[in-house]
Amino acid sequence: MAQANRPLSPHLQVYRWSAAMAASILHRATGSALAVGAVILVWWLMALASGPDSFETVMTCLASPLGRFVLFGLTWALMQHFASGVRHLIMDSGRMYSLKVNAASAKFTFVFSAVATVVIWAMGYRMLGMI
Amino acid sequence: MSDFKAPLAKVRGLGSAKEGTHHWWVQRMSGVANIPLTLFVVTSFIGNAGKPYADWVAWLQQPLVAVLMLLFVLNVTWHLRLGLQVFVEDYVHTKMNKIIVMTAITFGTVLLAALGAFSILKIAFGG
Repeated sequence: MAQANRPLSPHLQVYRWSAAMAASILHRATGSALAVGAVILVWWLMALASGPDSFETVMTCLASPLGRFVLFGLTWALMQHFASGVRHLIMDSGRMYSLKVNAASAKFTFVFSAVATVVIWAMGYRMLGMI
Repeated sequence: MSDFKAPLAKVRGLGSAKEGTHHWWVQRMSGVANIPLTLFVVTSFIGNAGKPYADWVAWLQQPLVAVLMLLFVLNVTWHLRLGLQVFVEDYVHTKMNKIIVMTAITFGTVLLAALGAFSILKIAFGG
């Protein structure tokens, strides 16, 4: 097909990495990954609506080592997309475009998502009485 | 090509679709709505961690919880549909592939929204 042969714009590997670039790429990557999170949420809701046995099966899956690993990753993706999304809303209002502030706000989203993920899981394990 | 009209003449004849900013705006507004809804869902899941089936059902049967969860599922799937559309527009290159993938995404997100909404309502209206 003719369209497939059209020249592409330079891709990621030709640019020097910056915090703003990483935040932008992560916003897309985490947003796409959260599609999996949406499927898991609905799967869980369906199990809850189907009765105790289905709920038990889904909870056993989610509480397995692989399940916990996936949920931990999705928690981080949600927190990164959340912080980065708020950052984008501020930028949409025309603010935060000076290079320094822009880079600092991008770095802040990385710190926020890492801290928020650990805090959420720590609070969850605290509810379970495990810590 | 049997069309001898210049592209510019075509555009002048049609005018803009008058909805160029609509997708962008709805993506932002659904994002704004996701802020409080996400905070509610995350804090609720922490608060209910480890609880047995009956407790989860009782939690979701509360009117405020059921409505907020319903709004969360509908808003998230809508936001997801719009976000994946941008992804497809940028990375899927031929027109036919775009149509096929976008149709699958639309059907998929609508199915997710319907399954989630039905499940919440079934629990809320009495298990």
